[in-house]
Amino acid sequence: MGKILELHDLKREFRMGTEIVRALKGVSFEVTAGEFVTIMGSSGSGKTTLLNVLGCLDKPTSGVYQLDGVDISKLSRDELARLRNRKIGFVFQAYNLLARTSALENVELPLFYNSGLTAHDRRERAVKALEAVKLAERLDHMPNQLSGGQQQRVAIARALVNEPVMILADEATGNLDTRTSYEIMALLQELNQAGKTIVFVTHEPDIAAFSSRTVMLRDGKVIRDSKNENVRSARQALSELPVADDY
Amino acid sequence: MNFFNLIRIALRALQRNKLRAFLTMLGIIIGVGAVIAMVAIGQGSKQSIQDQLSSMGSNMITIRPNSNTSVGGGARLDATSLQTLKLDDIKAIEQQAKYITAVSPQVSGKGQAINGALNWPTSIQGVSPSYLDIRDWPLKDGVAFGDNDVKAASKVCLIGQTVVENLFSGGENPVGKTIRFNKIPFKIIGVLSEKGENAFGQDQDDIILAPYTTVQKRILAIPYIQNIFASAIDESSSTLATEEVSQILRTAHKLKTGDDDDFTVRTQAELINTFSSTSQLLTVLLAAIAGISLVVGGIGIMNIMYVSVTERTKEIGLRMSIGARGIDILLQFLIEAILISITGGLIGIALGITASKLITVFLSWPTLVSESSIVLSFIVCTVTGVFFGYYPAVKASRLDPIEALRYE
Repeated sequence: MGKILELHDLKREFRMGTEIVRALKGVSFEVTAGEFVTIMGSSGSGKTTLLNVLGCLDKPTSGVYQLDGVDISKLSRDELARLRNRKIGFVFQAYNLLARTSALENVELPLFYNSGLTAHDRRERAVKALEAVKLAERLDHMPNQLSGGQQQRVAIARALVNEPVMILADEATGNLDTRTSYEIMALLQELNQAGKTIVFVTHEPDIAAFSSRTVMLRDGKVIRDSKNENVRSARQALSELPVADDY
Repeated sequence: MNFFNLIRIALRALQRNKLRAFLTMLGIIIGVGAVIAMVAIGQGSKQSIQDQLSSMGSNMITIRPNSNTSVGGGARLDATSLQTLKLDDIKAIEQQAKYITAVSPQVSGKGQAINGALNWPTSIQGVSPSYLDIRDWPLKDGVAFGDNDVKAASKVCLIGQTVVENLFSGGENPVGKTIRFNKIPFKIIGVLSEKGENAFGQDQDDIILAPYTTVQKRILAIPYIQNIFASAIDESSSTLATEEVSQILRTAHKLKTGDDDDFTVRTQAELINTFSSTSQLLTVLLAAIAGISLVVGGIGIMNIMYVSVTERTKEIGLRMSIGARGIDILLQFLIEAILISITGGLIGIALGITASKLITVFLSWPTLVSESSIVLSFIVCTVTGVFFGYYPAVKASRLDPIEALRYE
């Protein structure tokens, strides 16, 4: 299996006035294709900084970060944008869908920044991505006509549509209730089983249990990197939830 | 990034905020509409003045007496009381001038015209038969008086439409009838065609034309003439004709070199120029005022685009995170601004043309929508879009995607 992510002694420092804040103090790990990795850590652990670097939104101060074999430290802003477009699918905590824009158009959005696709291609791929998240019958719904879970599924479809090498989720279940969270995790597990590499940043241990591997950060360093031998099935967890736990 | 996609993205962004886009457009719509309507009013009045002046005969040259004495103490006289123009001057011009085709003296008097029970205050103009050619004024009915009538000082006249309306009721044919002007009977031998108001708002049809000899002897009892009307060969030679006439009259009046002229020669072309430059000034003034509103509209676009960039910071962050480059964001906002101004411009042009038509219909002001004003205002509003849309667009494109995504 090819290596999707390679981080070697990755450091990221910020200058805050006269003080230098070292958010990442030498992070190294690798992710191979088909893995489902959760990156865990409490606030201040450097989790967000790492996410920004992994997402090619930010560049490391030093160290190596290779995404699908490309060293991003030498790339310009525009090249990074292109890389984000082709290789990464973002899923955000707050969904970040465009308001007053149909689910289909929201999913099509990344394809607009990929020239060489016809309108027909765009639509076809967006429909396929929405089918993959089981929203095929809600193509023309606006975000405000969708539930939180459905909105997040639209966001996942948007992340899938450009066929990225990695889905990068940032607290993707943070705004959802337990049942819906499990539904989203079940969906991600299915996508993972279909071969998608998923990197999921969270602070909930509960969620990490669904992944195949957990990287734990503290104070800008990896303190634990462990394979999860006993992956919990989200589908099963869902069925174990009381059917009507509200009264 | 394909340009077509960018236009589509910008269009969709505008569709999402139809009301805001429309309100932004409103500034441009009103600006462009105002420019076009204002210029149309200015151009229209200029055109109508020109038409009216030309209707008086564009080759026409008028010669008025002018006091050349600047002796202090004496009362200065009204031009009609000056006696410097003589019939000999007419003869001199007729014989010597090469650039003049026709010449006619003019004397005028005011009085009451009476036909039976009807009466009307009007003026009588004493002219020679060539006057009608000079003024380019055909008869509607009857015949004109000839040189014999001038020689004999016949009591015949031609009357204008206003006089016909006031002295003859119920479609009665005036030709052959006799009216009295200041108690002197005149036989009507012809009716003048309608000429309308002149550029000064005077009714040109409120007139009675008679042989100048008749008016001189029987009404005014004067031997001199008040004005001379002449016609140049064509419009372009009117300046030459003016100089020529001046020279002939100076010789006839025995003026020495250095003496001031005791007459004034005016061409219709000069008059047209004077009025045109006045209305040109009006046009520029109106256009400037309207232009200001266009600039205000542009600033409105800039304002909205700035607000829009701030309001849509998160959207910009999202677009960047899914692969939009700085230039894509810049072009998106720029195209949005340009689309707003172009659409606004097109609507404004339609509005301006409609407004001009309505002004003509309801206020009966003459308007003339010129192509140049359409083209110019269209260019201006496109430039406005680029100019005022650029800075907000640059601001948007320079946002840090991380900051933008986190923006609430």
